Amino acid sequence: MDLNKIFDSISFIDGVKLNSEANIIFVTSASLLAVADKFKNDVNIDFDFLMCITALDNGDSKNFTIAYNFHSNKHNHSVEIRVVVTDDEEVPSLANIWKTADWHEREAYDMMGIKFYGHPDLKRILLPEDWEGFPLRKDYKVADYYHGVPIPKDKSYWE
Amino acid sequence: MDTTLDKSIVNIDEMVLNMGPQHPSTHGVLRLKIHTDGEVVSKIEPIIGYLHRCFEKHCENLSYEQIVPFTDRCDYLASMHMDHAYSIAVEKLLDIELPERVEYIRVIIAELQRIASHLVAIGTFGLDVGAITPFTWTIRDRERVLDLFEALCGARLLYNYIWPGGVSHDLSPKFIQRTQEFLDYFETQIFEYNELLTGNKIFIERTADVGVMPAEVAVNFGVTGPSLRGSGVAYDLRKTQPYSIYDKFEFNVPVGEGTMGTVGDSWDRYWVRMVEMEESIKIIRQAMASLPDGDVHAAMPKKIRPAKGDVYSRYESARGDVGIYIQSNGKNVPLRLKMRSPAFCNLSVLGEIGEGWMISDVITILGSLDIVLGEIDR
Repeated sequence: MDLNKIFDSISFIDGVKLNSEANIIFVTSASLLAVADKFKNDVNIDFDFLMCITALDNGDSKNFTIAYNFHSNKHNHSVEIRVVVTDDEEVPSLANIWKTADWHEREAYDMMGIKFYGHPDLKRILLPEDWEGFPLRKDYKVADYYHGVPIPKDKSYWE
Repeated sequence: MDTTLDKSIVNIDEMVLNMGPQHPSTHGVLRLKIHTDGEVVSKIEPIIGYLHRCFEKHCENLSYEQIVPFTDRCDYLASMHMDHAYSIAVEKLLDIELPERVEYIRVIIAELQRIASHLVAIGTFGLDVGAITPFTWTIRDRERVLDLFEALCGARLLYNYIWPGGVSHDLSPKFIQRTQEFLDYFETQIFEYNELLTGNKIFIERTADVGVMPAEVAVNFGVTGPSLRGSGVAYDLRKTQPYSIYDKFEFNVPVGEGTMGTVGDSWDRYWVRMVEMEESIKIIRQAMASLPDGDVHAAMPKKIRPAKGDVYSRYESARGDVGIYIQSNGKNVPLRLKMRSPAFCNLSVLGEIGEGWMISDVITILGSLDIVLGEIDR
């Protein structure tokens, strides 16, 4: 099934827009769960794989884009959907539908500080739990100390 | 007399056992928090991040050419695959056509790398269940592949060989001859492995019916690669969405059939890797037979400066589906680069399928998933 047909079957949901130039479907955080439900349960779409969740900083560390890449093994088609959120907006978690989302959302939280509601256990995954800040945000500043140990920023530390 | 234990009247303390991060059978610096009830595991919590090297943060400060050595270090047992996956993503972003020779060379190298990587997987899996000899044998044969790579590009582990737009060195006729010799030798070796490990009674007892991963669980957790195919799902990007020139070759996608027990058990995952090595040999032979001439540097861009846009490309590595998401803003450094690491998803299923087994079986299941911490933690 091609992108237009996939879009047609979810276009009745509020806030779903198609960007045919970039082959991406934009959804809002309010409509994400409805889209996910359709993706999972519609036999003609049947996205059994949630391949990847990528959190992107839109440049000012206030607006973020979350890109979801789906793939259907049965129909051999894929799609990318995107949700644009602001800093204080919470996104529904897909971890109860696709378990892949569990760790990927934790990573998005860890690195970009995006909060997912309905997630079973949203905590840092790669960084220590007491780490401050979200490193992949564009406005991230490396701290001077971590547990009293100076963090080297100068090249003279390693050259 | 009723001998079953009534858990409501007897207070059974759950013991929390820490395995790792320094533990020989966790295949790297992985920590498992295992809740045990006696010898039986009731909950597994994998704790990762001990090898986190800020790969994605580094990529935002490096030009596209400079990222290749970093992708090398992600999956250090299959560096070529990571370079290939990254190069394909950049080429998709740049929209460039590659010389045919480059594609053939890449396929030959990638399949040799698959053999090398699966040899480590099989060897260490044997080691996990107590078979020492197969490990020494597989490492010996992997060494031959590494020798080939050393002759090719000078490096044995982290190659920096596949670059966006081409490869760093051309193949020499000597390399092709040596590869032929290796394949002839290796085909007989696979027979030996089967004699030594595959049909070994103790090995079957330890692995068959252990850690059964049903297909729907595997798919739901995003498990890919040999671990998914062990559950009977014929999902191989080389076949279903052929990249590079994989559509030109004939090969099969082996899936687990439950030969020794249930479909999706540890033995099936092992067996899929075993058969995949034979399939790789087939692909290499076909590619070498029809290797065209050409300049491997012809399509290499002088400066990589892709137009504004995003790309998500997928690649079948030795561990599964590598996804590279690149967001470009028209500069020579990516705005954001995300790697979907296959072992990351494969490990996340451990908590689900490891429950209810003995501690020693958890080691078996972990070994059969074939994780590499370098790519999980990135």
